Amino acid sequence: MSKEWPLWEVFIRGTHGMSHRHVGSLHAADAEHAIRNARDVYTRRNEGVSIWVVETSQIAASSPSEKGPLYDPARDKAYRHPTFFHIPEEVGKM
Amino acid sequence: MYAQMVKSEATQDDPDMLAAFQARVDAGEKIEPKDWMPAGYRKTLIRQIGQHAHSEIVGQLPEANWIARAPTLERKANLLAKVQDEAGHGLYLYCAVETLGVSRDELTEMLLDGRMKYSSIFNYPTLTWADMGAVGWLVDGAAIMNQVPLQRTSYGPYARSMVRICKEESFHQRQGFHVMMAMVKGSEAQKRMAQDALNRFWYPALMMFGPSDKDSVHSEQSMSWKIKMNTNDELRQKFVDETVPQAEYLGLTIPDEHMKWNEDTGHYDFTEPDWSEFFEVIQGNGPCNVDRIAARQKAWDDGAWVREAMVAHAEKKQSRKSAAE
Amino acid sequence: MNHLLEFLLRQGDNALVLGQRMSEWCGHGPALEEDIALANTALDLIGQTQLWLGYAAEVEGAGRDANDLAFMRDAYDFRNLLMLEVPNADFGRTLMRQFLFDAFQVPWLQALTDSADPRVAEIAAKSVKEAMYHLDRSTSTVIALGDGTAESNGFMQRALDYLWPYAAEVFAEDATDFAMAEVGVAPLPSSLRGQWKKTLQATLQEAHLTMPEGEFAHKGGRIGVRHTEHLGHLLATMQVLPRSYPDASW
Repeated sequence: MSKEWPLWEVFIRGTHGMSHRHVGSLHAADAEHAIRNARDVYTRRNEGVSIWVVETSQIAASSPSEKGPLYDPARDKAYRHPTFFHIPEEVGKM
Repeated sequence: MYAQMVKSEATQDDPDMLAAFQARVDAGEKIEPKDWMPAGYRKTLIRQIGQHAHSEIVGQLPEANWIARAPTLERKANLLAKVQDEAGHGLYLYCAVETLGVSRDELTEMLLDGRMKYSSIFNYPTLTWADMGAVGWLVDGAAIMNQVPLQRTSYGPYARSMVRICKEESFHQRQGFHVMMAMVKGSEAQKRMAQDALNRFWYPALMMFGPSDKDSVHSEQSMSWKIKMNTNDELRQKFVDETVPQAEYLGLTIPDEHMKWNEDTGHYDFTEPDWSEFFEVIQGNGPCNVDRIAARQKAWDDGAWVREAMVAHAEKKQSRKSAAE
Repeated sequence: MNHLLEFLLRQGDNALVLGQRMSEWCGHGPALEEDIALANTALDLIGQTQLWLGYAAEVEGAGRDANDLAFMRDAYDFRNLLMLEVPNADFGRTLMRQFLFDAFQVPWLQALTDSADPRVAEIAAKSVKEAMYHLDRSTSTVIALGDGTAESNGFMQRALDYLWPYAAEVFAEDATDFAMAEVGVAPLPSSLRGQWKKTLQATLQEAHLTMPEGEFAHKGGRIGVRHTEHLGHLLATMQVLPRSYPDASW
């Protein structure tokens, strides 16, 4: 069997100025090929204006067992979320 | 559905781990690739998502059969875009399986040598242009019934690919119905083609949901793992209930003399498909099984030099670059 | 002869015939990523066909539309380049042909964006963006496959050798070309020959491919005098439904 094209993760920034967002994966022989493939696979519906690709094997990820220590501290900081603050209706849209 | 008759694997894991895993699933948490999961969950998912991916890829063929003969430039573009989407959906799903530790090449080889299956529906031929209507309307319609709930499936990568697929697929069924509307409003020959297409695709479409599984242990396990969201019978009934009025709108007759509205159940009564035919198709004896796999095999073999050369070029480029540094 | 109509048919038929050939790949590509990319090219070309033939039908003024022109004309009325109608054969020939076409099409469409005919300029402005991406993709693929392995280099060299006698058909000019240049609708194709040749030389060199000697070019496609035997089969397939059911509406 011939060598398989490596797997890449694709990140796309849309026209609205939000950060690059992970949209999915694909196979490609190298980074340039991956960008072209990403253009063809993941922007068929006008989804983006900028593409990042990174080889999947190069991604360092937090391990699932650390999920508690990593994310629980944020869980009791509800004030970071807008719905935490009750605003009386008469104030109008905020 | 696209993943018919997927047996869920028995699992022999530590009961405490299993209970903790089940609790996460029950709480609606998504299971991610690096998380612990029961061996049976992993194996069942590989088979189910793999079969789903294969169905998308093999499913390109019956519709691609008509791209070159599409009757207008608009129809040609619509159909081509739709079949292209199917390649995309296969791609997303293969990537989801790859997170479970099986490569796309391995999956492809398992499809080609018959170790993995694809949906029975794609072993039926597309004989007239009306089949492009019937396939979009009925086959995509049936697929959507199954795929919409799968957006909530417990395995994160699978759920995310289903979200993307459902978003893209919203136009597929409409595209098919639109073709069908033009056919029934057209000439006598077109109307005849439309009815003929419905006659040929009705029962194969009902088979897509798989045989009744209400007493199946496998099905129960998959449902508690949230990798199967509804029973086959529930989905089939929902499909019939939604499709009958659409056929009436088109002025077409569903080829089932026992089809009638049942006031008591609030559903249509209908005739079950011929399950012996279904099992024959699954075993390889459908009208197109051999040709479908031969077409995939040819694409795979003919493409080998291309896939290989792209890697060789990337390696040469890399070594030239390092030599220059 | 209505030279503008003739000119528009040439543009539209190129897009139509190549789009038809590219769409044949759908479901049969060497990898899913390539399958999807080929379909994108085909979709772009079908879209360009609708624009060119739509305008051609208006200029013709015979009550026909783009679909009538695509599906109800016979081979002798087609005005596409011969190179675009020959069969795909394999991925190598398909991509080599795409590259040879794109290498001309990009500067051509760029020039047409300055056309004295505003409709031509408008269609060219939309199409040139697509063509630039096609050229980017076909160039890098030709280089990768030419450089890749001995086997792939063989595929690409054979493709180039086969296509070479067709490649320069576009530069064989006739009265329509002169008429269009005269009124500023389009430049003479030969004015782009140098640039085209340069693109080819650079790419083929990087791909370790040998540009065949000889300047001979078949002609007859774009002037509609003599097509290859392949066009009739392509049209028989493509036109079968509208021809078989003339009273149908799809």
